[in-house]
Amino acid sequence: MSILQILDIGLAGLVLAVAAWTVFARDAFAAVVGFVAYGLLLSLVWVRLFAVDVALTEAAIGSGVTGVLLIGAAGRLRKVEASRDDELPGASLRLFAAALCIFVTLVLAGVVLSLPDPGPTLAPEAARHLAETGLGNPITAVLLSYRSFDTMLEKVVLVLAVVGVWSLAADQYWGGAAGNPRGAEPDGTRALLAQVLPPLGILIGIHMVWVGADEPGGAFQGGAILAAMWMITMMAGLTEMPSIRSRLLRLVLVAGPAVFVAVGVAGVAFASGVFAYPTGFAKPLILFIEAFMTLSIAVTLPVLVAGPPKRLRQQ
Amino acid sequence: MTAATLAGFIGSALVGLGLYGLITDPQPIRKILGFNLIGSGVFLLFGIVARKGAAAGFAADPVPQAMVITGIVVAFSASALAIALVLRLYEVAGRVSLRSEHTSNKAEK
Repeated sequence: MSILQILDIGLAGLVLAVAAWTVFARDAFAAVVGFVAYGLLLSLVWVRLFAVDVALTEAAIGSGVTGVLLIGAAGRLRKVEASRDDELPGASLRLFAAALCIFVTLVLAGVVLSLPDPGPTLAPEAARHLAETGLGNPITAVLLSYRSFDTMLEKVVLVLAVVGVWSLAADQYWGGAAGNPRGAEPDGTRALLAQVLPPLGILIGIHMVWVGADEPGGAFQGGAILAAMWMITMMAGLTEMPSIRSRLLRLVLVAGPAVFVAVGVAGVAFASGVFAYPTGFAKPLILFIEAFMTLSIAVTLPVLVAGPPKRLRQQ
Repeated sequence: MTAATLAGFIGSALVGLGLYGLITDPQPIRKILGFNLIGSGVFLLFGIVARKGAAAGFAADPVPQAMVITGIVVAFSASALAIALVLRLYEVAGRVSLRSEHTSNKAEK
């Protein structure tokens, strides 16, 4: 058994142990902290599957941004949390659920073992047309060229999630802003962090979008890093969430999907059809769409984390 | 056993663990965690399908990978909406639990 295999098995054990912790821990807050660690470990598994783009997305969005969201919620609910042991269903139901879940796991493991190797693949198709897109990263090509309609709809899902979250605002706060006002938490350490990190983080975020055309990276991962930089400055009280009535905020939220749809529909006139790019212009158009998508993602993620408006801004 | 098969087993176990949390835990936030565990387990199963589809000089089939990236973002959107709903429930009702009033439990006995 090679060292790599031993490391793989160790990693598998660690991922499953932390996942079990998030399910069985008594304290919801402890479970959520476990979930963040779990996401980071999981991204290592993705690296082992040679899926670096997925690993970056999992670390940034699956673990990072989801983690901030969950930690905030668990912190707020901590004081009302009833003793979970009193609320757990009876032992017989738990036993039945455990048996069901073990059955599901065994069936899936059986499916894993019966998968053909090498399996069916679209990789040759993706490689054949890669030159026409002008891109070097086949995943970016799938996301923004071959299956760009999916990616456009996913951006629409993000906008719908924002609409859903905002619509949960209490009546008196409609038109207000979410999160803490500027200067609410004067905190030396956090303020220092919020001044030192963003210059680097913004650079890394933009770099990640730019190299995403040829190397692992892209609009999602880069946008998530930019979002994190804005969230850090808001947590330190140096910036604040704008009012949900802000036209600029709303414009930036829909800019990504809007530009995507506009370029897609323009394909009818200038290329072979909807969501097709004219020959020779694929890469500049993809980068154009990605620029607006990154901006929208960088703003949408913090808006979703901040939740519905909770205060009216001082005039 | 290859790293891909091992990852497939991790994915299978994650789906089971998440499903158990989703069924048995009465706290909504823990159910959201369970939902996310199931999601990442399913994504890993996509991952091994991608890895087994390695061809044309790529270490893994890019199509399932792109679908997973889209899936992670959509799962985040769903989690964000679910958490906003839970927090609103807490503001309105002052408690958050999905425990059925009819099930027997120790607290009421």
